[in-house]
Amino acid sequence: MKRAGLILAGAVASLSLLALCSDTAQAAMHEHGYTYRYDYWEDVQDSPDVFSVTESYTSADLMLELKMKNPQGLYAHENHLYICDTGNNRIIELIRDDAKHFSVSRIIDSFTGGSGVNTLSAPTDIAISEDGNVFIADQGNARILKLDENLECIMEYGKPEDSALDEGVVFQPYKIAVDTAERVYCVARGINKGLCKYEADGSFSGFVGALPATYNLWDYLWKKVASQEQLSKMTSFVPTEYDNLYMDYEGFIYAVTGNVKEEDLKSGQVTAVRKLNLIGNDILVRNGDYDNYGDLYMGDGGGHQGPSLFSDVTVFDNDTYVCLDRNRGRAFGYDDQGRLMFAFGGNGNEDGCFNWAIGIDHIGNDLYILDQQTATLTSFSLTEFGQLVFRAIEEFDNGNYNASGETWEEVMKLNGNYDLAYIGIGRSLLRQKKYREAMDYFEIKYDDENYSKAFKQYRKEWVEGHIVWIVVFLLALFLIPMAIGRFYKIRHDIETADIFIVNR
Amino acid sequence: MTETITARFINKEAWSKYIDSLKFAFYCLTHPLDGFWDLTHEKRGTIAAANTILIATLIVRIMKLRYTSFIFITVYWEELNIFLYLASILFPLALWVIGNWALTTLFDGKGRLKQVYMASCYALLPYPVIQLPIMLLSNVVTVDEREFYSVISALSLVYCGLLIIAAMGQIHEFSGGKNILFTIASLFAMLVMVFILMLFFSMVTEGVSYIVSLVREMLFRM
Repeated sequence: MKRAGLILAGAVASLSLLALCSDTAQAAMHEHGYTYRYDYWEDVQDSPDVFSVTESYTSADLMLELKMKNPQGLYAHENHLYICDTGNNRIIELIRDDAKHFSVSRIIDSFTGGSGVNTLSAPTDIAISEDGNVFIADQGNARILKLDENLECIMEYGKPEDSALDEGVVFQPYKIAVDTAERVYCVARGINKGLCKYEADGSFSGFVGALPATYNLWDYLWKKVASQEQLSKMTSFVPTEYDNLYMDYEGFIYAVTGNVKEEDLKSGQVTAVRKLNLIGNDILVRNGDYDNYGDLYMGDGGGHQGPSLFSDVTVFDNDTYVCLDRNRGRAFGYDDQGRLMFAFGGNGNEDGCFNWAIGIDHIGNDLYILDQQTATLTSFSLTEFGQLVFRAIEEFDNGNYNASGETWEEVMKLNGNYDLAYIGIGRSLLRQKKYREAMDYFEIKYDDENYSKAFKQYRKEWVEGHIVWIVVFLLALFLIPMAIGRFYKIRHDIETADIFIVNR
Repeated sequence: MTETITARFINKEAWSKYIDSLKFAFYCLTHPLDGFWDLTHEKRGTIAAANTILIATLIVRIMKLRYTSFIFITVYWEELNIFLYLASILFPLALWVIGNWALTTLFDGKGRLKQVYMASCYALLPYPVIQLPIMLLSNVVTVDEREFYSVISALSLVYCGLLIIAAMGQIHEFSGGKNILFTIASLFAMLVMVFILMLFFSMVTEGVSYIVSLVREMLFRM
């Protein structure tokens, strides 16, 4: 009996040891920590987590009878989360009961009214307007639907009537966004002229925000000399398509593209994420040390190589935005100045890693990421560190510069390697007119623009404070040599004066 | 031996000659043609002064890293090799001096190796003279005034280049056209020397690894 107990104890001990081992194995899976950012030198700097996984939801967790298949769209509206279950031709509407629990409130797979088929076919995106009307990108049926709250069809948008579009091209609406006036912006597969814009009355009114075509000098020269026959075989310079878009709280559209090449990103020919205003111009602030295209390291790692390929973007109410990279399954957060705040994630099956990250959205400060391949929804919430960072940014935006500086100090206590904290403290000191201190903070993190702002003021103050001494110094600089010269001249005159030469 | 060295240190004549030749470098700055002619033909220059200018150039080059405002130069200290950094001046200078002398001596160049070295070092003077003040100046400018710094900085290099060309013309007693021709030819000579050096080093590595593998093989068989 005693012996049996000993064996049992041994078994328990070895089991717990095994569990411990697998824990460490999991931690070691990441080359770096889970969350990181790039510093001025483009070196990876580990960071405490900004977002951490709270829960992951599979079809079973959501108590769906039919398992999700190939979901391609995620959309959050107020307290609701919509998953476009593309493979099952339906959209799942979830309601958030509390921070950790979702329940299915309805399943949208058909609607009433309308002229043609009234079921959905491979829906890829959904958007809800302020009035509560539901817009669905019904890709398989080549249309965008406008339904009312009770799924009664109001309108259908078809292929844009534009002479530049090929007759044979089938309209494939992929992602949509709706503004407050119920204008619809659509990213369509195979249309590279920008976003298709529809007015509230359903008429197509043009393309906005086309990405420029990219080519290199060599290709360009080659095309100049190539014959007609050769030209027909070469690929033409075509503008790249967008992959997703997001309408922020101010009505600006953030659009991302995953059709990017490493050299185009590095030369700045292509921008992976853009903020479009009403007329389609890019107004994104880019004050960071490097452009906003996700990972700077593009080498091979874990079977994935090349640049980050953005598949979705979401914008918080403090103008920070998070881009989702489907290549390495990472999320990249940028602040309102375009500086990288954090990057986290990775490829894999553990919580917080993705196989094919396709959609990202947020409710409040909670982040939701949808994985197309595993059909899993993962929820993230801000950690203590993340909350501090967000608070510091918000306080600065609201004009509480003192408070913002203090919050950044708190951030620095948790992560002394966080460049944004130094720059944040510097900016708050700058607003408090403490120029000398601000300069030190900017210099540490090589922020030359802000440093110059502070230094300009400091220099002005210094000159004003020392104006008397500067004048005295300048006068002395001119007068003393003049006086010395005068002295020698007079002495010379006296020595050579006629009256002293006696024996002439 | 030690007596002669100490004797030289307290030799007032030698000191004043050295100081004069150093001052003469500033005359060359403003009167390159006249100055570089006198440098060798009137024996106004000394190797000691040339060495001093070269060392000053190297010191300013290192000081620039630390004391120039970060607006203009940011240094990744972890990967900085100070000797390699100094070699960025010393190596081209050595190649230039040897290459130029080797070529011009075949084509009626009057300058000797020592004189080519001396004149080249004298021609480097604008670098410390201009870079040192603008290094200090860089700390009182903002990004908007960045251009001042870059233009003056570039000017110092152009000035050095022009002085070197003028100096070579004078010490070799070349005409203008011939001087330009030999300046370009010297640059090619530098390229050829780099090529030969690379060839030499790769040959040596190959040779060494051959012998190493041979010895390993023998040890393995024995």
